[in-house]
Amino acid sequence: MTTEDEFRADTRAWLEAQCPLSMRTPMPEDERVWGGRHASFRHPDSRVWFERMVGRGWTVPTWPREYGGGGLSAAEAIVLKEEMQRLGCRTPLFGFGISMLGPVLLKYGSPAQKAEHLPKIARGEIRWCQGYSEPGAGSDLASLQTKCEDRGDHWLVNGQKVWTSYAHLADWIFCLVRTDTGAKHGGISFLLFDMASAGVEARPIKLISGASAFCETFFTNVRVPKDQLVGRLNDGWTIAKELLQHERGMISEIGRAIGATVPSVDVVAQRYLGDVDGRIVDPVLRDAVARHVMDDHAFQLTLRRAAEESEAGAASGGLSSMFKYYGTEQNKRKFELILKCAGHAALGWEGAGFDESELLACRTWLRSKGNSIEGGTSEIQLNVIAKRVLGLPD
Amino acid sequence: MSMVLNDEQRMLQAAARDFFTTRLPVGALRRLRDTQDADGFDRAAWREMADLGWAGVLVPEAHGGSDFGYAGLGQILEEGGRTLAASPLVATALIAAPLLARAGTAAQQDRLLGPLAAGERLFALALDEGPRHAPAQTALRATGVDGAWVLNGVKRFVLDGHVADEIIVVARTAGSPGSTDGLSLLLVPANAPGLVRTRVSLVDSRNVADLEFRDVRVEPPALIGAPHTGYALLEPVLDGACAGLAAEMLGSAQEAFDRTLDYLKLRQQFGVAIGSFQALKHRAAQMLCELELTRSAVLAALVALDARRDDAALLASLAKAKACDTAELVSNEAVQMHGGIGMTDAADIGLFLKRARVAQQSFGDAGFHRARYARLKGF
Repeated sequence: MTTEDEFRADTRAWLEAQCPLSMRTPMPEDERVWGGRHASFRHPDSRVWFERMVGRGWTVPTWPREYGGGGLSAAEAIVLKEEMQRLGCRTPLFGFGISMLGPVLLKYGSPAQKAEHLPKIARGEIRWCQGYSEPGAGSDLASLQTKCEDRGDHWLVNGQKVWTSYAHLADWIFCLVRTDTGAKHGGISFLLFDMASAGVEARPIKLISGASAFCETFFTNVRVPKDQLVGRLNDGWTIAKELLQHERGMISEIGRAIGATVPSVDVVAQRYLGDVDGRIVDPVLRDAVARHVMDDHAFQLTLRRAAEESEAGAASGGLSSMFKYYGTEQNKRKFELILKCAGHAALGWEGAGFDESELLACRTWLRSKGNSIEGGTSEIQLNVIAKRVLGLPD
Repeated sequence: MSMVLNDEQRMLQAAARDFFTTRLPVGALRRLRDTQDADGFDRAAWREMADLGWAGVLVPEAHGGSDFGYAGLGQILEEGGRTLAASPLVATALIAAPLLARAGTAAQQDRLLGPLAAGERLFALALDEGPRHAPAQTALRATGVDGAWVLNGVKRFVLDGHVADEIIVVARTAGSPGSTDGLSLLLVPANAPGLVRTRVSLVDSRNVADLEFRDVRVEPPALIGAPHTGYALLEPVLDGACAGLAAEMLGSAQEAFDRTLDYLKLRQQFGVAIGSFQALKHRAAQMLCELELTRSAVLAALVALDARRDDAALLASLAKAKACDTAELVSNEAVQMHGGIGMTDAADIGLFLKRARVAQQSFGDAGFHRARYARLKGF
């Protein structure tokens, strides 16, 4: 047996012994564990599963052990992911600390910042939110205006963020602030602070799906300790861009995770269109379903190839943009196709006449529209690919 | 499953790129077309390819092959696709070799695999009988008469049909058209009495022929495998044909895309490179995504075929369907983005468009393979 085979066998045995059976089922969105000061475990077994995974460092498998991680190589982490997928294990802990902040803190954080924040992220003690977009800074993110002044012994922050995911539930924020008005990209810094600070207010925004996952977040004379600025002053854009790459990966992941609670397109099609000898009866929709499932298949193979190439040191840049673009557009196509197959059954808003999966399909269809807007629109991703991968001129 | 090329495959890829760009560049196909070459390929170049071991990539070493597998042959086909190289690689090396190596009798293998690997004998698979790929519709009949087989019927668009020394004929020996049961595979020498071969000129200037069989008689040793079970023998080989052809199509599409990208950076209008226009940038980026997805599907199919995995058929249909759609997208966009130049015969880009459409139809188009994928997946 190779070391990878051994690791796979050990991992499989551990997961089979430790993952409660109830945690091997598709996860409704409200049963997700986000951790934080006000952590909730709606499903009782989710706490058991969460604690076991925390103990193993597998909430953040590739982070160093000293920061609460599992110390796994990228290849081992893929094996873990595959084995978890094989058993259908739920992700034990979600959070922007894990998927976005952690990776850049590991690279740019001071030793004190890493020691302070990373273990709390790994153990799900602090829930983070992301302060990026502003009313006047969407696709043109670097035009952000939230002001951060040096007041000697502290920073003073004033301004407004928008589309701050779960700001009303978060404990801390990583925030892009303007520390120099004389330079656009070169006047941005990357700041961490506690959402419980005086002068912070988060107001949820009601969305087309009826949910309120995003907030408007206001900062009025918020005092932030000097040692909470990450990296160098006015060099925050470097960190911001790198973090966006992690965000893009996460959004394509989350899209799939959300998608996983809704039956796959071929199953929906067979349920609503009927089949003869196992074949979807409507030939037009059968072709469309096959196209969709095959594109998914090819996309999964591409994610796998990219991971292996990156392991072999042959990764090409701009891939996160490609995955973000394709994964989110594909997720939107999935729900449009589900609507086509299910007809009125997938257009129920609430109440009687629909089962849970139908109501979920409708809300998730609406939610999926945001996938290709948040974290850089599809159009921005195509710009990035054209510039960074294809070398096309500005 | 590895999705990264190993050292041997990378070396093969580098050797193939070097060979095709210097020995069989796009200009070589243009020359064959313009001189109306009777063979439609360069026999001297084919001998060199055989000397490099490429004719016998899927032939076991015991029979003089190099046994590099589908993943190895895929690299050669992809590089050949980049220069639109016309050669017997597909019909002889990709299709006939594994069919004989898997299903041929010991006597057939001893007689044919050595010369095949040496590039001395050429083969063709005579399968389709109409304008679209439809193996189940086989109507050409082989009847047992006095212990021999007598063939009557027609085969159309047979790849290398006019230059092959041996034709592998898919014949109906039982049942009726519409079923894949009752098919048999028969080896027919090209000079058999009653066999008429007519070369057909397709838009891609490559090599196909229509074959007519009038009471063509072959003896029992001509049968490959057991009678009536030909499709079961043929199907995995067709999967290989699809994956290999998809590799060639990927190479052609990648080359057409690379040339278009160069043009977008070079061509100036309104005082700037046209590649600075967002309308073109976004379409170029979308093509890149499709090329990358196709590349993954092709590689996965080749690897699965070598490992004889259960999902090889599924992946082969995935690879061919993606390659067909990507080839269509990229070849159309390539001509459009080249503007008026793209409409001229002098520019090579039109040759990529022409080859793409023929390759799309060979061994099933995207729709054919989506239907097959759906069936294999159970919907």
